[in-house]
Amino acid sequence: MSDLPLSPAQKPAGARSWIETLGLAHILLGLFLLIYPAMASDFFLTQIGGYSLVLGMISLSLMLLAGYGGMVSLAQITVAGAAGYVVAIFGVNNSGVHGFGWPWWVFVPLAIAIASLVSALIGWIAVRTEGIYTIMITLAVATACFYFTQQNYALFNGFPGYNGLRAPEVFGVYWRDPVPFYYLCLAMATLAYAAVLYGARSTFGLTLQAIRDNPRRMRAIGFNVTAHKVFAWWLAGLIAGAAGVLLVWFNGRISPGTIAVGPAINILVIAIIGGLRHPIGPFLGAVVVTLMQTFAIDIIGAERFNTLIGLVFLLIVFISPDGILGLWERFRPQAGREDWRTFRTATKQVGNKGRKT
Amino acid sequence: MTMKRRTLLALTLATGLTAPGIALAQADTIKIGLLATFEGAFTVLGEDSERGAMTAVDEFGGMVAGKKIEIVKGSSDASPDSAVRAARKLVEQDGVKILVGPLSGDEGIAVKDYAKTHPDVTFLNGSSAAQDTTLRDPADNFFRFSTDGAQWMAGLGTYAYNDRGYKKVATVAEDYSFPYTQVFGFMAEFCKAGGTVPSKSWVPIGNKDYSSVIAAIPDDVDAIYVALGGADAVNFLSQYNDAGGQAPLIGGSITVDQTVLTAKGRMRDVLIGTPAAGPTADTNDSQAWKDFTAAYKKQDGAFPSPSLFAHAYYINMKAALLALDKVGGDLSDDGAKLRQELSTISFETPTGKVSLDSNRNAIADMYLTEVSEAADGTLVNKLIKVTPQVNQTLGIPTDEFLALGAVSRENPSCP
Repeated sequence: MSDLPLSPAQKPAGARSWIETLGLAHILLGLFLLIYPAMASDFFLTQIGGYSLVLGMISLSLMLLAGYGGMVSLAQITVAGAAGYVVAIFGVNNSGVHGFGWPWWVFVPLAIAIASLVSALIGWIAVRTEGIYTIMITLAVATACFYFTQQNYALFNGFPGYNGLRAPEVFGVYWRDPVPFYYLCLAMATLAYAAVLYGARSTFGLTLQAIRDNPRRMRAIGFNVTAHKVFAWWLAGLIAGAAGVLLVWFNGRISPGTIAVGPAINILVIAIIGGLRHPIGPFLGAVVVTLMQTFAIDIIGAERFNTLIGLVFLLIVFISPDGILGLWERFRPQAGREDWRTFRTATKQVGNKGRKT
Repeated sequence: MTMKRRTLLALTLATGLTAPGIALAQADTIKIGLLATFEGAFTVLGEDSERGAMTAVDEFGGMVAGKKIEIVKGSSDASPDSAVRAARKLVEQDGVKILVGPLSGDEGIAVKDYAKTHPDVTFLNGSSAAQDTTLRDPADNFFRFSTDGAQWMAGLGTYAYNDRGYKKVATVAEDYSFPYTQVFGFMAEFCKAGGTVPSKSWVPIGNKDYSSVIAAIPDDVDAIYVALGGADAVNFLSQYNDAGGQAPLIGGSITVDQTVLTAKGRMRDVLIGTPAAGPTADTNDSQAWKDFTAAYKKQDGAFPSPSLFAHAYYINMKAALLALDKVGGDLSDDGAKLRQELSTISFETPTGKVSLDSNRNAIADMYLTEVSEAADGTLVNKLIKVTPQVNQTLGIPTDEFLALGAVSRENPSCP
């Protein structure tokens, strides 16, 4: 993370080795994540590692919308939940409702496709609004979906939801076993992370950021602003949908509690805690939030542990409005000062642009 | 300086991520997981359940078979997902071999499913009372020494029809498995006696506004059967009171429990005289109950009388400790001996004898009660009648009972 590759075109392309292309921090982080299973217990592997990666992916879809598109969505967990319910309905469950038992290679793509369409639909409704109104309308959508799934038994099986959802066994590997599940999550998260990193510098990504900064000007020079925004929602839906599939395999179940207002806000908290400026932020945030929510009860006891969680989050945002990404910046080594300055100017520009919206 | 800070940051992160299950399991302690709702709409209930469990632990002086009892707490918010997550943490991270909990109906079903994946861990129910936790597809290592929601209703339907003369009753209940079970238990008797239930309202947990529910209740019913818990019950009762509700109420087990009766709000008028049934009665004057109440009251923040949750957690925790004592605290065989002991154990509780059936569900006495004002002005459940040794099939032969089908919004029905 010491060379956040925000400005890749600073050196002549021919002179760049693959290490520079990838970034030393990425390589170190990648190595650490690859050998993590050798160090961690099963609990840390799935309940902390896998779960953080899944939550990080859902938050990443929010970071994509908020960071590059200026659209803060509270409905990302709803999109993930849509994928989860598709898995429950078309796959196998033991709740005795639906559970068509289709093979995984049919229902997984179907789940992600439906989730992305749901996301695009929510986006299509939400892009007519801006700023706080986007937050409100997506919150309204998330709440409505929560109550609908809780009350509807024909399709969503109401309050208990679906139980007994198993990850498939492919190539003789049961993908919910700790190590395979961790690597599956890691692979998906890396894919999503790399896609967002690449996408941000693509024509579409730059156009989206330009729309974030000045939609009127972009409209005036002939860009279809609504179409670009809805397309961004669709892309975010792909990431959230994939994470939703992993989430139900992780939990082994899905119920309205999975997509309630609390979890929806949790996703926003993760993104804010981590930092919205770089796609690594949501993953950092997810690790901190997961650790806090798992272990706060051991630190302070059952009565006040939510207060402690809240205070820690408050402290992080108070010290560094940019979340953990901002904290990292403060503790950077002197050695990299030169790079660091250019990075800071680069990010300052991004930040300033962001503030205009 | 900055280097140091950075190293510190990296170190903190690394240890946080890799700490390989700091399992300080000493040979002379026994770890027991306690899973309850310490957050969400049922927080008050969860806190009281902890008091109940700790009453049992204190009764043993914090020691069993010469080993110290260490309680590790886990919190859920009454949703099945959060219960499973908390159970996972207790079992897989904290390494408990005995887990007591959860509190709420669907949590119980979800934890029962989770229990199947850890056959070496012994699960004892908390106060969750959905029927299918033990009736259909049970787990071999899940024990329920508290009874289920249908058992709790024993005697109420008959009493409402015969003694109170209610012929037509509407129901208002939360929309999940525990209230389904309660409504099932009430209607099983009430409909058999000849009563009808023309309208059933199901409301989501955590509902705040009951005006449309109250408006939808038919005018010509003789009484309203209410099975709501915690904050939901308080909200409904005060709004029903404000709306000038005329029809008398019949209470589900947790609707007129101490967690609700002690709440502030204008509910007194609609509550007094409400019949209900459940595993406890506040004015039970047996010596065992009085002793239990006295022991319970030593806990911080205790209610005037132990709630049903305190009672259920107490019974389950006590069963675990009694069985542990019998096997000398020996869990070296992955708890096989302990589970053997649990399935055959039978003991005297503050509310009479408890034993398990073949599905590891309790058979126990049930109490028919009526809300009344005690001498000191507090509301209590006055004991009317005890129904002895109610089993899970309510006295109906098992196959006949299973043929009635799983409880749901529609089942049973007698409009």
